[in-house]
Formats: sequence, structure tokens, C-alpha cells
Amino acid sequence: MSLAICCRQLVKRYDGRPPVEAVRGLDLEVRTGECFGLLGPNGAGKTTTMEILEGLLEATSADQMEILGYQWSHDDNAIRQKIGISLQETRLSDKLTVAETVTLFRSFYKRGIEPSEAICQVSLEEKAGTLVEKLSGGQRQRLAVACAIIGDPALLFLDEPTTGLDPHSRRELWEIVRTFRAAGRTVLLTTHYMDEAERLCDRVAVVDQGKVIALGTPAELIARLGGQHIVDFSLNENDRPITDEELERLPSVQSVRREHRTVSLSVSEPHVALPGLMNAMQATGRGFATLTTRHATLEDVFVTLTGRHLRDGEETS
Amino acid sequence: MSEGRYFPLWHLALCRLRMFYRQPEAVFWTYGFPLVMITALGLAFREESKETVLVDLVGPQAGALEGELSQHSQFKINRPAAAEWKKRLQTGKTNLVVETGQSPTEPHRFWVEPHRAESLFARQAVENALLRDTVAQGAPEYPESHLEEVGSRYIDFLVPGMIGMNLMGGGMWGIGFVLVDMRVRKLLKRFLATPMRRSDFLVSVMLVRLFFAVFDMLFLVVFAYLAFGVECRGSGLKLTLVMAIGGVSFAGIGLLVACRAQTIEMISGLMNLIMMPMWIASGVFFSSERFPEAMQPIIQALPLTCLVNALRGVMLDGDSLQALWRPLAILLAWGSVSFTIALRAFRWR
Repeated sequence: MSLAICCRQLVKRYDGRPPVEAVRGLDLEVRTGECFGLLGPNGAGKTTTMEILEGLLEATSADQMEILGYQWSHDDNAIRQKIGISLQETRLSDKLTVAETVTLFRSFYKRGIEPSEAICQVSLEEKAGTLVEKLSGGQRQRLAVACAIIGDPALLFLDEPTTGLDPHSRRELWEIVRTFRAAGRTVLLTTHYMDEAERLCDRVAVVDQGKVIALGTPAELIARLGGQHIVDFSLNENDRPITDEELERLPSVQSVRREHRTVSLSVSEPHVALPGLMNAMQATGRGFATLTTRHATLEDVFVTLTGRHLRDGEETS
Repeated sequence: MSEGRYFPLWHLALCRLRMFYRQPEAVFWTYGFPLVMITALGLAFREESKETVLVDLVGPQAGALEGELSQHSQFKINRPAAAEWKKRLQTGKTNLVVETGQSPTEPHRFWVEPHRAESLFARQAVENALLRDTVAQGAPEYPESHLEEVGSRYIDFLVPGMIGMNLMGGGMWGIGFVLVDMRVRKLLKRFLATPMRRSDFLVSVMLVRLFFAVFDMLFLVVFAYLAFGVECRGSGLKLTLVMAIGGVSFAGIGLLVACRAQTIEMISGLMNLIMMPMWIASGVFFSSERFPEAMQPIIQALPLTCLVNALRGVMLDGDSLQALWRPLAILLAWGSVSFTIALRAFRWR
């Protein structure tokens, strides 16, 4: 099986007082033809990792780093000819039209697709003659993707492609990525939306504090929780709290997590776990304030692994 | 799939051109503003005929004096009300007030504004006219001649200054500001992630700047000729060459200013810091010789001073390029040193 990206023990340290280690020994293998997601909260080191792989930042150290079989600083032009990039928050020139922008980017590549074809792939045909300043957020993001695929890349990097977009625009972008991947090309994207990772990615690496803390298909990661279902409940205010030991004794309960007043049980079989929980409540005279059951998500994986939420601190970072 | 039909240098330059003409404000500041400046200053400092002298006459004998002075065509006489004349003199509505005495024999009193040259001149003119009348016979007539020199007017002095100032501003805005704006937008970084050659990018920015510089300058020169009859004594080729050297040098300085700046605020501040002293000291609006002797070595080494001096040499005096080697060499040195440093220190991200 060939690898599109392979890097081992990637480290990036920013000098300063104190020095900041954004990436601390990260290993990554992205297979050719897959859509791979780096999932993690802001500040986890996703973007730094991407920019090192894209050749925009230099790694402080790395035991090995190969992009499409090439190495940065040896085959820079060869790599750049074959990768496509959408950075987080690039503001393309306001006073150029969509077609002019894509054509400009086309001129940088030795080979690639026709600008009109790229515009068609991101469904911006009707906006081809429109100035960039007149585009909506979603349209701009699609234009950024058109600029990324214009060189007919074998590997596409998308850094937070749907951040700040409305649900409709997000789905449109997902469709573009799926089409690209279906043609046998490789995609590496970062996101802090768990649903995006679940729906779009073949495999996901959960990144936290500069390291990969879990790796696998979304289904595998969720299965690793032990239970694929989550039961969330909270007790009436006056009720005596229920202990973790009591809950762990219940049938089919794999793990217990608490957040504020809400208790989350990860369970393998809800139809077994729920009656047990009900009985325990009834026997001790307690009552539910809230009770819901749902499928486990990557968010639950992340919280279980780190004790924090993916989007914690988003406003502050 | 297509190959080989795209030329990055051409596309980069084309996009710069489009971005320019789609910004009306940029077009105005480049073309409109210098025209407004030249027109306004040209009109304000136009050579008024110094012949007419405004004189106010007051007092009992004003009527008799008016009869006397009105024989001389150079005086424009006014007889304001008694309460008014002081104010008229203060506000410059008249150059001189002559207060006549009670009797014809009593001498007139001249009210002069000693800080105004016109006022002093008016006093001399009136006195001279009155004296000539008293010694009517035997007063000699002195013959008078004029120098018909092109290029001696203020507008002739101003236009080369404005051209120099515009070349400086163009280099700063057209290179410095544009590059920092692209850096702030992370566009430079985005370009860097493509196989684009960095030299293609920088060369395209410089080429477009030079194209605009030559275009702007032709525009200004033609306008100054049509509107004010400003002529260029040196050949057009020499003028173009000096402008090109100025354009390239200030493009280099613009690149240097832009090579590290990370924000629009920073580049605006830097550009003002560099341009402001030169607007004042480099002799755009008035001769730089007016500054004290001790400052001259610094002032004469400023790039704008060199450019403006070289432009005036070509336009006003028809100097040869050999005669202008010194300012041109200093100017080129500024440009090439800035360019070299800028290329080494340039920050793409």
C-alpha cells in the first residue's frame, strides 16, 4: 500500500520565552486515495502540522518526512507541482474575477486542468465573471478549492475548509471533496467539526497538544469507547447524587463520564442498560430531570480521551 | 488537461493592472491628485502683473490727490469711508492708505503694512509718482527691458518637483503598500505554496510599476505643457531616462519598506516616515537651498532631492546627463542598495 504522506516524530518548536512546542513528536501516515482528517481543538497543532507538510513552515526536527515520495528541500518544485492547498483564511484579491483568479493560479503550474473546468467542479460557473469581493463566504471557500485543484494535484490539503460556513455551504464543499477523492486522489484536511470528520474522512487522527492521541476510522474510534451508544441523564435537584460505582455495576455500562450535572454512560446495549438504570432509580427513590440516548460520536471519543471538548476555548483562541 | 499556454509573468502583471484600474481611488491618487495639485498651485502662484497698485485715499484733500494720481495708470484708487480703511489695510484689500492733511501744503501720511512687500512697493510707487510730478521737467525716463526666460515661473519650478514626488509616492504605494496588503491577506503565502517562481512575482510587480511610472509621467508632462505651457528644454529621451531611474530607485525603496512589515498600519506609518521629510526638505515646493548650510549634505543625499534636481536639470536647464551624474548616481545607489537588502530580507508569510 503506497503512502501519500509519511512523517515520523515531527517536532515544531517556536522560539520565545518560554518556547512553545506546537507539535511534539507527531507520527502520520496518509494512504494514497484516502481522505484523512486531522481532528482536534484549536491550538492542537493541526495547522502547524499541515503547513510543515505543505512546505510553508520548516520543522524543528523530524525523523522522516515524505510527501508523495519526495522530500522538502530536495524536490520542492516537484512537490509543489503535485499538491493543492487551501489555507485557513486566505483572502484572494477582491478586484479580480473568479475566472481571472483561477487562471492566474493555473499559470503557476506546468500542467493542470482548464480554469473553466475547475470552476465547473466547484459549481461557480455562474459566478465566473464576478469580482471576488462580491462572493459569499461559501463561494469564496469554493473558489479557494478551485485554486487548489487547478494544478490537477495528486494530494489536496484543506485547512479548516468549512469553518464559518452555513450548513448548506458546508455540504456543498463536502460534495466537492468527495468527488475529488472518488477520482483516486488523496485528501488531508483539518477540522474541529466532528460531524465533518465522521462523514467525510476514511480515517481520522485525533490530535491534542501536538500529538496524535487516537487513530483509525471514525467507526473504529467510536467502537473503542466500548459502547457505541451514549445515555445522558441528570437527576432532580433534591435527589441524592448517584456514585460512579453504582453506575458501573449496571449491566452493559462500559464507562461513566460526568459534566456539570449531566452523567453520560457509554453503553453497548441500551435495551439492557436502560431498564437497569430505571430500576436502580426507582429502588432508591430518585427521578430523572433529563434523559436522552444517542449514538456515540467522535466528540465522545475526544472527551473520553482528554476530558475536554473539541470546541473548548474556541472563543479565546 | 493543458500545458504550456500560460506565462506566469504575464498573468501576474495582467492581474496587477486589472487590480489597479478597478480601484477608482487608486486611479484618482495616481492621476487625479497630481493634476489637482499642479492646477491649484499653478493658479495660486501665477505671475500676476505687478503693475497694478491698490491705493486707498482718505482725508480732506483726498479728492485733489486722486486727480493727481489718476494720471498714472498703474494706480487703482479707492476712497473708502473713514471707518473702513484700517480694516482694509489689515486684511490686504488695499496695499497702501494715504491720509491727506487739512490743507494742500500739509504732507500726506502713508499707512504701510511693513511686512508685506506689496505694501512697501506701493509706498515707493506713490511717492515716486508724486515726486515726478513736482520735478516734472528734467526727470529722466529710464528704458526698461525684460528677460523672456522659459522656466523662470513658479509653475516651471513646481512641475519637476511634482513629477519627482509622484515617482516617490508611486514606488511606495504601488510596491510597498500593495505587497504588504497581499501579505496581510496571506496571498503571498498562498502563492508561495504553488510552484510559482518568486522572481516572476517580484519582477511582475516591478514591471507593472515601471509601466505606470512612465505612463503617469507622460500624462503629467503633457498636462503641464497644455495647461501652463511648461516646456522641457532637454530631450524627451533624457527626461524619460531620468524618470525611469527615479521610478526604479523608488520601486527598490518601496520594496525595502515592504519587506518585513506585517500590518497595514505599520506600512502606512513607515511610508509616511520616509516620504514626509522628503516632501518638505527635497525641494518639491520650494528650493531645498533654503535650509541651513549644515543640513545640506544630508538633504542633497536624499533620493528625492537627487531626483528632483536631475529632473529640473533636464527640464529647466537642458543639462546633459554627464552634468547630472552625481544626483543620478546617488539615486541609483539608493535604489540598488534597497533592492538588494529587500530581496534578502523579504518575508513571504
